[in-house]
Amino acid sequence: MAGMTITEKILAAHAGKDRVEPGELISASVDAVLGNDITAPLAIKEFQKTGVEHVFDPDRVILVPDHFIPNKDIKSAEQAKLVRDFARGQRLTNYFEVGRMGIEHCLLPEQGLVGPGDVVIGADSHTCTYGALGAFATGVGSTDLAAAMALGETWFKVPESIRFVYEGELPEWVGGKDLILHTIGDIGVEGALYQAMEFTGPVIENLSMDGRFTMCNMAIEAGAKNGIVPPDRTTEAYVQNRAKRPYKFYHSDGDAKYARTVNYDVSELEPVVSFPHSPDNTRFVTEADTVEIDQVVIGSCTNGRIEDLREAAKVLEGRRVHDRVRCIVIPGTQEIYLQAMEEGLIATFVKAGAAVSTPTCGPCLGGHMGILAKGERAVATTNRNFVGRMGHPESEVYLAGPAVAAASAVLGRIAHPKEVK
Amino acid sequence: MRLEGRAWKFGDNVDTDAIIPARYLNTSDPRELAEHCMEDADPEFPSKVAPGDIIVGGQNFGCGSSREHAPIAIKHAGVSCVIAKTFARIFYRNAFNIGLPILECPEACDDIKTGDRVAVEADTGRIYNLTTGKEYRAQPIPPFMQEIVAKGGLIAYVREKLQENK
Ligand code: SF4
Repeated sequence: MAGMTITEKILAAHAGKDRVEPGELISASVDAVLGNDITAPLAIKEFQKTGVEHVFDPDRVILVPDHFIPNKDIKSAEQAKLVRDFARGQRLTNYFEVGRMGIEHCLLPEQGLVGPGDVVIGADSHTCTYGALGAFATGVGSTDLAAAMALGETWFKVPESIRFVYEGELPEWVGGKDLILHTIGDIGVEGALYQAMEFTGPVIENLSMDGRFTMCNMAIEAGAKNGIVPPDRTTEAYVQNRAKRPYKFYHSDGDAKYARTVNYDVSELEPVVSFPHSPDNTRFVTEADTVEIDQVVIGSCTNGRIEDLREAAKVLEGRRVHDRVRCIVIPGTQEIYLQAMEEGLIATFVKAGAAVSTPTCGPCLGGHMGILAKGERAVATTNRNFVGRMGHPESEVYLAGPAVAAASAVLGRIAHPKEVK
Repeated sequence: MRLEGRAWKFGDNVDTDAIIPARYLNTSDPRELAEHCMEDADPEFPSKVAPGDIIVGGQNFGCGSSREHAPIAIKHAGVSCVIAKTFARIFYRNAFNIGLPILECPEACDDIKTGDRVAVEADTGRIYNLTTGKEYRAQPIPPFMQEIVAKGGLIAYVREKLQENK
């Protein structure tokens, strides 16, 4: 019998089985379930229809209002209130209010609410971020969330896995965002449909946790069910003082079966930009013609972590944001915000003429805090550049890592960080 | 169950921001969502779509966010069924969970044009293009999904399961 992948092992353990096969339908227990201010209101309505009075575990149902928060208008305030009232009524221990709140996928790992070996579902497609910890995590809709809030379990079809192997030396200014954009550009936005993306190889072993979060975060942009990184010493160092529950490391067997293996030599890579209107429409930044921009957004669940802010600050230090550009920096959580302040990064941003916001999804989904007008262009460290994602249907979003975003803010056009003198 | 209507054709990778832009997600009222369904892809869609009409997509329909507002907007706009070559997985689950019939059939998606009259038998997976007289067979719906549909959606399924456990 062939071995199993890390994804299969985690799913088998949560289904009470010795092994599972790709394609098999299983019912699995969940270690944590997540909803936000957009998806939770629908889930709460559905939950109430189940006739169940209490959620399966008030410590494991996590609600994070982060999308239109702080409330951007009356309607979103009503939605947020519905979530808040439910959290109070159910005595949820992990409801995060403005001032303590952060972008959900930055917040949950930071607070140790998800950990290695977990099965996590969230009514948010970027729940796949937690795969960076060596967990199985995937996005679902509100009704699936409601069912899991009642039962503490959900059903899955066990996905096949694709193994990605990254080798070589990462060049300067190339990081996790460039690796994942390059991969999506290569396999396409449906390249991993229904499958698991397992990120491996020496480059991943040397990648920081923040870089791994960025990569797993965007697995969904290739259609994947989950992204996952084998846990190691870097994972251990990250979780040991955070984890609120016991965790477990799983590893793929040497003879595990993969749908395919994809190899990349990263030594010749350059910073990557995804052009409108699809994350797989990638080019090296040096191949981009002159693209003048109006706005830069540095933040989101993809690149709103401390390392991302450090990288942006490295470029912006002692420089000025271009006259034409609005540069908006959004730390992912309060802890990240505070650390950035203590490290002097916030001062760097403000002195450069950038706006710094409280943690929120904000402009990432065209919610608030930086909506684009017709014809405007933005470089963003976010994850989607679909038509109308950040505002007017005729605006444009270019996806990039924090260094390219910061360099573009300075030069007023899409730029390589080394161009900033 | 026979569904019939006019076809509205869209391309590959129709994302959930195209189905219902996030700027309208400050509500979960199905009627309000339906008023903006597909408007960034085709501004005329919300006003011209008629009850029973069928959306025909390409690959990876419903990719992007997990918002269940997307199938809800489609369903409450009056669309009776979505046919695509493939669906993004969260959209696929959501459609079943809220009771929007969806079928995978690459051949039908290649042939059917906007404005064709199309009929669908959701349980057998047969698709008829009444304008051209052609007939297609969609991928069968997995038995587990059929069970959820037969029970009346996921929530009804959960209620039943909880009864059993008592
Ligand atoms: S930052 Fe953007 S992608 Fe991430 S959860 Fe918020 S809206 Fe979604």
